[in-house]
Amino acid sequence: MELICPAGTPASLEAAVEAGADAVYCGFRDETNARNFPGLNFSREELKKGIAFAHRHGVKVLVAINTFARAGSFGLWQAAIDAAAAAGADALILADLATLDYAARRHPAQRLHVSVQAGAANPDAIRFYAESFGARRVVLPRVLNVMEIASIARESACETEVFVFGGLCVMEEGRCSLSSYATGQSPNMNGVCSPASHVAYAERDGRITSTLGGFTINSFGKGEPAGYPTLCKGRFASPKSSGYLFEEPVSLDAAVMLPALREAGVTALKIEGRQRGRAYIAGVVRSFRGILAALDEGRQVQTPGLAAMAEGQASTVGAYRKGWR
Amino acid sequence: MPEAETTELRVMPPRLPSWLSRAVAPLPLAPLQPALALMLARIGRAHPELYDRLGEHAEKRFGIDPTDLPFAFVLEPRPARPLARAVRTLPGGLDASIHGPLAGLIGMAEGTLDGDALFFSRVLRVEGDVAASLALRNAIDDARIDFGKLLLGSFGPLGARLADAVRERMRALPVAGGSSWN
Amino acid sequence: MQLTLGPVLYHWQPERWRDFYFRIADEAPVDTVVVGEAVCSKRTPFKQDHIPAVVERLEAAGKRVLHASLILVSLPRERRQTRELMQAAEAEVEINDLTCLASLGERAFSVGPFVNVYNEAAAGFLAGRGASRICLPPELPLPAVTSIAAALPRVTIEVFAFGRLPLAISARCYHARAHKLSKDNCRFVCEQDPDGMPVATLDGAGFLSINGVQTLSHGCASLLGDIPALREAGVAALRLSPQDCDMVAVAGLFREVADGRLDAEEAECRLGAIYPDVPLANGFLHAVPGHQHVRKSV
Repeated sequence: MELICPAGTPASLEAAVEAGADAVYCGFRDETNARNFPGLNFSREELKKGIAFAHRHGVKVLVAINTFARAGSFGLWQAAIDAAAAAGADALILADLATLDYAARRHPAQRLHVSVQAGAANPDAIRFYAESFGARRVVLPRVLNVMEIASIARESACETEVFVFGGLCVMEEGRCSLSSYATGQSPNMNGVCSPASHVAYAERDGRITSTLGGFTINSFGKGEPAGYPTLCKGRFASPKSSGYLFEEPVSLDAAVMLPALREAGVTALKIEGRQRGRAYIAGVVRSFRGILAALDEGRQVQTPGLAAMAEGQASTVGAYRKGWR
Repeated sequence: MPEAETTELRVMPPRLPSWLSRAVAPLPLAPLQPALALMLARIGRAHPELYDRLGEHAEKRFGIDPTDLPFAFVLEPRPARPLARAVRTLPGGLDASIHGPLAGLIGMAEGTLDGDALFFSRVLRVEGDVAASLALRNAIDDARIDFGKLLLGSFGPLGARLADAVRERMRALPVAGGSSWN
Repeated sequence: MQLTLGPVLYHWQPERWRDFYFRIADEAPVDTVVVGEAVCSKRTPFKQDHIPAVVERLEAAGKRVLHASLILVSLPRERRQTRELMQAAEAEVEINDLTCLASLGERAFSVGPFVNVYNEAAAGFLAGRGASRICLPPELPLPAVTSIAAALPRVTIEVFAFGRLPLAISARCYHARAHKLSKDNCRFVCEQDPDGMPVATLDGAGFLSINGVQTLSHGCASLLGDIPALREAGVAALRLSPQDCDMVAVAGLFREVADGRLDAEEAECRLGAIYPDVPLANGFLHAVPGHQHVRKSV
């Protein structure tokens, strides 16, 4: 199985390559990619250099252009696709019908991956992308369990890639407007979820309260592990129960599921976190490289404690294990 | 319900010994100022890409507050006239401030500690403009600046004695993603 | 300006669901009615038996009837259900997921608000595949709506004009989770909340609404004040999403405002009486946070 690693900056790309990535994914510094965060991402020139560096080390670079093009401004997305293809990207990761259609027509030789943001959650949807655009790989939404992944991989018209570590969307990716309801900015349109520009923290007597767009998302007592105020991981109240109604502030860690995912016929494992620093990327990539090496050699898999890297300092195997739902 | 597992490894930077904080408290800040200015100018020259990453946030005023030191820093990255100065307490009117132990701040700036992990574990605290703080963190993370050398090196503004103490403490540190300090 | 009644997103008791549509057929001034279960495949069997009678009554009243597909298709039975719907010769379908395109063949179809149509190129792609009507995603701002409508003059462009805004879909059931049940053994607790389960922030502000695997807004969309601008933008239909209130009266208000017989401000006042205690929202159309209510015309 290939190890696909995030890079939000050239320094992170180098860190991922050095830590043992098979491929690194990254995006341009604008709203064409779904991690359009302040201070992050690549200029055209940085991408060219990054690809050259990765290729010298035998590592591939996948370019994520995975937001939905803004009506009337499709040129920005077309230019990003052209630039990534010209820079020698090994694959483009796309979500929008518009960008997939454009890339397939304009760059027929370019390898295309269907982004998780497209929400292709079953073999029929995957077949649609493979037949319509010649997509070679699909990144599966984080809503499936391992048995479903296995059945999809068996029947899939193209390769499958699944997330194994990092931020966890509990809603189906690409079809969530929670963020724009509170802040006006969404993953699909702006490449951001619960954007930092709309986050505020207030501390009183050791208790931190986080708000997003004026809505209180969470409150942490003294010493309690904190989470970023991502909407779906906040504490709320309903008549029936209160607390983490959608999900706790946890990260995905499917390290223990790797043998099952390999058995399921998954082609590639993806680590989330283009917004994280070099320390995270180097640590997580190295750790998963070690697990994969152990798997290949038939050794007992030791799963290292990466909990400290996780939101809320806790991790979950998410939907991979039945019962999550 | 998710099966949350508890922490197996904490990313806790050490705190400076309190005797050291007390020892440096009475020192005058004035001698620090030219050294800080020189340091900032050097960084700006060596890493022009830092400003591209900061974008609009380069014009903002940041407070950097090492909570185990008796003073803090005000940072204005502005490409035209960058400014860094040491203060006894952070002034009002800052756009954003980042609070945490000196070793944590340096570790994050050097890319040996993960900023998010420090935040999740409550070691680090951000006030004000979160987007500006993130931009600063990401820009510095990419620039790979050796802050240890710049700040704590024999000619750095914080001086050799402080440097030795920080280094000593950091040696024992379990750092995810590489435990080397230099 | 046409009016479309979207599918009932909530799990209403089967007889109540049936009677709702009977009354719509008899009394509501809407042109098109979308029927079927879009949210949760477990609810489908409850409606199945009543669909023929509902469709017959609606068509007899001169309404065009569309059959909604599921929003999220992952289980084998959901794939089967989707495929069967796409191949049912007599049904005109509204697709809510691109899964449908794999089995739709050459048939003309409508596109629901859950398919990501953010620009004229995506809309054009779907039109090329046979889409004749497209209800755009609720989060689209007016300039995007305008660009899409201008590029596709032959496609009926619709916007989400009334009802709690559908914001997210998940494989996980939040109703079951709140009741400490598993999704597989959910006991259909969502039936207890015919207008969704309210979700408030820790300081008590209304925020969201849970409908099984779906999350909706607390605020209720109202584009009553934006109808002239929408018409100008080339929008041909307004979607009214059923809430637990008098939807015949809601449709009547939209009809009167669209026909210039009632002032929008007065209509929103009356809407507050028909569907009380729910803040109105049109922020998405105005490119501000979706929960906001912008009174000035776009």
